[in-house]
Amino acid sequence: MTGAIASAELSYELVVNGRHHDVNGALAGESLLYVLRNRLGLPGSKNACEQGECGSCSVLVDGVLVCACLVLAATAVGREIVTVEGLAGPGELSDVQEAFVENGAVQCGFCTPGLVVAVHDLLGRLPDPSELEIREAISGNLCRCTGYGRILAAIDEVRRRRLGELP
Amino acid sequence: MASSVTLLGHAVERSEDPPLLTGSARFVADLDRPGMLHAVFVRSQVAHGLLRSVEVAEAAAMPGVVAVFTASDLPLADLPEWPRGEPPRAELGRPCLARERVRFVGEAVAVVVGSTLSAAVDAAEAVTVDIEPLPTVLDPLDALAERAPLLFPEHGSNEVLRQLTGAAGALDGSEVVVRGHFYNQRVAPCPLEPNGAAAWPAAGGRLDCFASTQAPFRLRAAIALALGRPEETVRVVAPAVGGGFGAKGGVYPEQLVTAALAERLGQPVRFVETRSENMLAMCHGRGQVQEVALGARRDGTIVGLEATMVTEMGAYCWRGPVPFSTSRIMATGPYRIPKLSLTSIGAVTNTTPIGPYRGAGRPEATAMLERMIELLAAELDLDSVEVRRRNLLAPSEFPYAAPSGASYDSGDYSAALAKALALLGYEQVRAEQADRRQSSCATELGVGIATFVEISGSGSEYGAVRVEPGGSVVVLTGSSPHGQGLATTLTQIAAGMLKVPISTVSVVHSDTALVPRGVGTFGSRSGQLAGNAVAHAVEEVLEKARELAAVELEADPDDVVQLEDGSFAVAGVPSISLGLAELARRAGGPIGAEWDFAQESGTYPFGTHIAVVEVDTETGKVELRRLVAVDDCGRVVNPKIVAGQVHGGVAQGIAQALFEAVRYDESGNPLTTNLADYAFPSAAEMPAFELGETETPSPRNPLGMKGIGESGAVGAAAAVQNAVVDALSPYGVLHLDMPADPERVWRAVHEGRRDGQDPFSSSS
Ligand code: FES
Ligand code: FES
Repeated sequence: MTGAIASAELSYELVVNGRHHDVNGALAGESLLYVLRNRLGLPGSKNACEQGECGSCSVLVDGVLVCACLVLAATAVGREIVTVEGLAGPGELSDVQEAFVENGAVQCGFCTPGLVVAVHDLLGRLPDPSELEIREAISGNLCRCTGYGRILAAIDEVRRRRLGELP
Repeated sequence: MASSVTLLGHAVERSEDPPLLTGSARFVADLDRPGMLHAVFVRSQVAHGLLRSVEVAEAAAMPGVVAVFTASDLPLADLPEWPRGEPPRAELGRPCLARERVRFVGEAVAVVVGSTLSAAVDAAEAVTVDIEPLPTVLDPLDALAERAPLLFPEHGSNEVLRQLTGAAGALDGSEVVVRGHFYNQRVAPCPLEPNGAAAWPAAGGRLDCFASTQAPFRLRAAIALALGRPEETVRVVAPAVGGGFGAKGGVYPEQLVTAALAERLGQPVRFVETRSENMLAMCHGRGQVQEVALGARRDGTIVGLEATMVTEMGAYCWRGPVPFSTSRIMATGPYRIPKLSLTSIGAVTNTTPIGPYRGAGRPEATAMLERMIELLAAELDLDSVEVRRRNLLAPSEFPYAAPSGASYDSGDYSAALAKALALLGYEQVRAEQADRRQSSCATELGVGIATFVEISGSGSEYGAVRVEPGGSVVVLTGSSPHGQGLATTLTQIAAGMLKVPISTVSVVHSDTALVPRGVGTFGSRSGQLAGNAVAHAVEEVLEKARELAAVELEADPDDVVQLEDGSFAVAGVPSISLGLAELARRAGGPIGAEWDFAQESGTYPFGTHIAVVEVDTETGKVELRRLVAVDDCGRVVNPKIVAGQVHGGVAQGIAQALFEAVRYDESGNPLTTNLADYAFPSAAEMPAFELGETETPSPRNPLGMKGIGESGAVGAAAAVQNAVVDALSPYGVLHLDMPADPERVWRAVHEGRRDGQDPFSSSS
């Protein structure tokens, strides 16, 4: 269970959304998700399973999409971490977030932060994914509310916007 | 009213979304307080047994542990049975922490409070629970058998509910009778956010409780009762809630214990379930055995229905009575079934307690009827569309008194069926199916239809509207939205009727300190009940404004009209007008009104869903190719929000039909306790849905609305199930229980090849 694995206390620095954060007195076994949420005051990444099955904790570490619940925080030292809180400036929405609003892709919103991070990752890697590639790419992000259809529509809209196919 | 409400019917974007998208919305697990303690429950690992002892000394002495409580140190009243208008039966009460006996794996036995979560988790593992195992009973029919192990020996039986509807002889006069034996399987609601609660002592002796709940007022009443405090000294807030689907509508032992700990320890306490705990401790849904006979004349006209529905209650008769009674109420669905003879039974078993889950009884009733219609059509060698057409209620028959006692408000069921068939291109799909069957292709095509009606929006809800002198409009609702977009819907209603910009309207909800009373969000009730409460309050505000304007304009109130810009003027003199905010300023304070809107008999949304599947008869894999859903929820305020509700419900229906089932081993150990073992579908498994609608206003509320939160799950599961059976009909398969997973399908194909009989059904 969280933090129970090792009792040695660690101090280290994490770079999250471009900001340096000191982590003091952490246990070696603490996951990145735990540290983000409980030590750094960044609860945007969600914990819906802590077992790597739902994707609601998705963050980018050095540009790679990971489940923050499966990554030990101490292994992310010296890497660039991006969470949902860092996708747009304060009070702003990224193009992906805008498209989620416009397409009705949000219901309860618990899966949403992880999904938004995953979609940024997908379209960053693959600017013109097929529908199948999109479905596969977000198949690690579970959503109980939407049936995924409106999320796929939002992703497609961002894809077309970025490719200049939409105004 | 309707013509002036210009904002109604528009796909306004949800104001709820930005905080959810940026991660700034706060859910229970995101709430922090200085000195927050963490509660972790010790749970039974035995399905049925006598609780000999709970040793807590070692755990209590561990570092970081604040306290450990068992039932004897933390006496709390039992959770009541679901109120059914009958006196509670004390012997069936559900304890907050188990006493003397445990009845399911996952039942809370003790609670550890730690200064950190990890300290509490470690200490919980150090609590020793000594349980003397008893024989378990898992299947509801086994539970009803003579000499079955009893969960409540004082009650004398595992049968905890029994209700008879109609009279014997429902099949008399039938020329043909078809029979079915179905199991509507147990599923897990799996909201993405697990259950959680946090509580702390606040100023003035008040206890503040934050919970992931659909019904804050219900929880407040339960906490007050459990702790013996006046309700005014308890505040319940539902912060952002990550899905509920009915499962978060009830009061959970863990919520009451968390509140009791905060009161007892005088410190903030938080409890958040892990996913595995969620799969054990949150109610499961469905779980109904159906023994059915449908009688008809040779032309397909239904004569009567005889059925026994055995609803699993799980370990306690707690929230299971909701699906028990709703499946009873909706037992004859959209059809003209003159005679009903229904026996409804509730049985306790050593499993997680059952509760309402999206549809809560309507999906069970619908699947039963839709399977029977198909069996009847097969028996008579008719197209099942024809059988449906002959028996669907006609628009002229409303209001319709169903044999169950339900009073249907309005409907045009055949219109929804026709529209769905047209959207699908029914004839073409049947032609394709015929071609496929001619060929030697191993992949069969199946078409499944479900025509259904369901019930929504019973009871009452509170609403209030206040126009401030500064021009802002505050709407209060007693409902407790958690993803449905209700704040946006209510904003549209208020802004539309007041004729003010939507940006001036804010909606307050889910906090018992800010809203005087209310019920909550479940049973597809909030749009229509909260919406009509707000609409009525707005009308009163407009009436007050007109009277104020009359005084200011020195006119008769009857001569004052509201202009298109929302201001008030004397008819024919639009140049001198006063806006709402100006009127509030001149009146020296806000113009407000409140209303409780009641709709005791509910409304009856309906529709037709059609599924097309491909079944690989060599692997048993089912591919859902198309899902057409035509829904009628009366008047629509926001089509985008309504479509979202249909999408979500349909997805959950498909999930039940094809993938999901809660499973136990023979000793009652759950086998589906995480999202890897439980087949929660991802985007890779869901097709695009094709939606259509008809609009038949309800006469039971001024806005003409019906609910839409659950219809998707009511229709889609039955449609997909019918499609799979249809695909397998060349193999002699007449019925297949859900989920149609590859093993079940493969076995049906192979058994069917051998003897033309479905091994999973006794239907004839
Ligand atoms: S919380 Fe990390 S995958 Fe579910
Ligand atoms: S919006 Fe609720 S889980 Fe995705």
